Amino acid sequence: MLGIIASVMDGVLIGSVYGLAAMGLTLIWGVMNVVNLTHGAAIVAGMFALYLLTSAVGVPPYATLPIILVGSFLVGVVLYWIAVHRLIGRPHLMILLSTFSVNLVVIGLGTAVWGTGLFNVPVSLPGVTWHRYTFSGTHIVAAVLTALIAGSLYLFLYHTRVGKAVRAVANNREAAELSGIPTTRVLSLSFGLGVALAGVAGTLIATMFPFTVLAGDAYQLKSFVVTALGGLGNPAGARAGGVALGLIEGLATQFMPVSWTLVIEFVLFVAVLIIFPRGVFAFRRT
Amino acid sequence: MRTDKIAGVGRAPIFRRPFFWIIALVIVAFVAAPLVGNDVELRESLLLAAVYITLASNLNIMLGFAGYVNFGSIVFFGLGGYICVYLISAQGWPLAAAELAAGVVVSLLALVIGLGILRLRGAFFALATIGINEGVQAFVSNFEPWGGAAGLYLPTTIFAPLGGPMRALWIIYFLLVAVMGASLYLSFAIKISKFGLGLMAIGQNEDAAVVLGVPAPLYKAIAYSLSAFLPSIAGGLYFFKSAFIQPSDAFDLGLSTEAMVVVMLGGRGTITGAAIGAYLYEELRGWLLTSQTFSNFQLVVSGVLLLIIVLFVPGGLIGWIYSRWPWTKAILE
Repeated sequence: MLGIIASVMDGVLIGSVYGLAAMGLTLIWGVMNVVNLTHGAAIVAGMFALYLLTSAVGVPPYATLPIILVGSFLVGVVLYWIAVHRLIGRPHLMILLSTFSVNLVVIGLGTAVWGTGLFNVPVSLPGVTWHRYTFSGTHIVAAVLTALIAGSLYLFLYHTRVGKAVRAVANNREAAELSGIPTTRVLSLSFGLGVALAGVAGTLIATMFPFTVLAGDAYQLKSFVVTALGGLGNPAGARAGGVALGLIEGLATQFMPVSWTLVIEFVLFVAVLIIFPRGVFAFRRT
Repeated sequence: MRTDKIAGVGRAPIFRRPFFWIIALVIVAFVAAPLVGNDVELRESLLLAAVYITLASNLNIMLGFAGYVNFGSIVFFGLGGYICVYLISAQGWPLAAAELAAGVVVSLLALVIGLGILRLRGAFFALATIGINEGVQAFVSNFEPWGGAAGLYLPTTIFAPLGGPMRALWIIYFLLVAVMGASLYLSFAIKISKFGLGLMAIGQNEDAAVVLGVPAPLYKAIAYSLSAFLPSIAGGLYFFKSAFIQPSDAFDLGLSTEAMVVVMLGGRGTITGAAIGAYLYEELRGWLLTSQTFSNFQLVVSGVLLLIIVLFVPGGLIGWIYSRWPWTKAILE
C-alpha cells in the first residue's frame, strides 16, 4: 500500500511537469485555434539544449532554464512567422501539415546529428526519504520550478497589460483588433510563449529521465492527453490534467509493464475526447 | 441543384470516361515495362512506386476528399503485414487466404475505430490518428504471439508454393500492381459517386453538409474503413516479400509522412495527383538515398518539401496544371 502511495506521489511530481508542457500546447490552441505539432520537437529541443549547455559549455543544469526559456521563446516567434502566419484563417488542415513538417525537419536534423541513441544528463541532488521510499531530488525540484513558472504565467496573463491583450485576442480576435490591439504581434508572442513552455518542460524532463531524439512524439501525446483532460485552451485545466495523468501513470506502472503506458494514454485520450469534449477539468473560462 | 449538373458526378458510366482508360494504360505500363528485357532493377523501383501509389491514393480518400488529416495511415499497412505474416508463419495459411483475411480484419477494425474517433472533428481527429499509430505500435511491441519488439520471420521455404524465390518475386510484383490498380479505380469510383460527393461536401464545410442531409459520421467511417482495405493487402504482400516484419518497420512514421507529402505534392483530392506525386517522390527518394549529402537528411527534405507545398502551392502539381491548362480538368480526375 505504501508502495502505491509513494508511486502515486512521484507520479504527481512528474505529472506537474507534463502539465507545464501541456500549458504551452493549450495556450497556443486557446489564443489562435492552432494545434501546434512542433510541440514534441520543442520538448526534444529543450532536452538537447540542456545536454549541450551542460556538457559542452559547462553551465550548471538549473542555470540553463532562463537561457532555454528565452531561446525557445525567440525560436517560437520565428516559427510563427515562417510556418503559421501565412496560414491563419485557412483550413486547419494546412496549419496541421505545416507545423508537422517543421517537426519533421527538427527531428530529421536531430537524428542526423545525434542518432537515435539514449542520452542522459546527470543531475546530482539529494533525495527526500519517506519510510522505505526515496523521492528523487530532481523530481521535487522540477515540480517546484513548474509551480513557479505556472504561477508567473498566471501573473502575466491576469495582471499585466500584455497578458490582458493575449486574453482579449483569445476571446475574440476581430473585437480585439478593433479595440486597437496589435493582434498579429499578440499571436506571435503567444506562439513564442507556448514553444518556450514546451522547451522548458523538455529541459525539466531531461533532468529526470534519459531521452532520445525521438522522445518528442511520446511526450507530445502526453501533452495531448493532458489538454484533453483539462479542456483545450485552458492553462489552469492543463495543470490539473497534468497532475491527473501523472497520478494515472503512477498507478498504472504498479499493475502493468511501463511499455503499456502509451496504449493506456492513447485510449484515455480518445475516450476523454469523446465523453468529455470540453475536458474533465474544464473550469469556466474567464 | 440536380447532382448530374455538378462536374464529374453522374455524367457517364465509369468505363466511358477517358480517365478509366488512363488508369488501364498505367497498369499495362507497370506490367509491361519490367517484363521487356527482364529488368529486375526496374521492377524493384516500380514495386516501391506501386506501394507509394497505393498508400497515397488511399490516404487521399480521407485527406483529399473528406479533408481529414490521417497521420496514422501507415497503421493499416503495418497491421495488414503483421496479420498476413502471422497467419502464414504460425497458422500455415496460404498467401491468398492470409491476404484476404488481413484486408477484411483491418477494414473491420478501421470501421470500429472509425465510428469511435470520427466523432471527433477536424484537428481532434488528426490528434487521435497520431495516437493510434503510437498506441498500435506500443501494443504490437508488447504482444508476444507477434514476436514483440523482435518481430516475426518467415522461413525461406515460404516461396516454394509460388515456384521458388525468383518466380515468387515476379508474382508479388504483379499482385502489388493489381492492388495499385484497384486503389486507383476505387478512388475513381468514389470520386464520381454520390458517396464521394458527400465526402467532398464534408471536406468543404462539415456543418453545411450535415444540414444538407449528408450522414457525416457514417460516411467518414466508411471512407476510413475503405481506405484501410487495400493498404493492408499491400502491407501483407510487402512484408511477405521481405519475409520479416518488426514494429519499427511496420509502423514507420516516415512512411505515413511520405504518403502525406506525396498527396500534397501531387495535389490533394485528385487521383492523378496522388499517382504522379507518388511516382515523382519515389524517384526523388531514390536519388536522395544514393546522394552523399542527403542520404542522412531524408526526413528533413520531406519536411522542407511539405512546408514549401503547404505554404506556397497548396494545390500541388495538379492544381498548377489545372490553372495552366483548364481543359485538363475534364480528363484528369
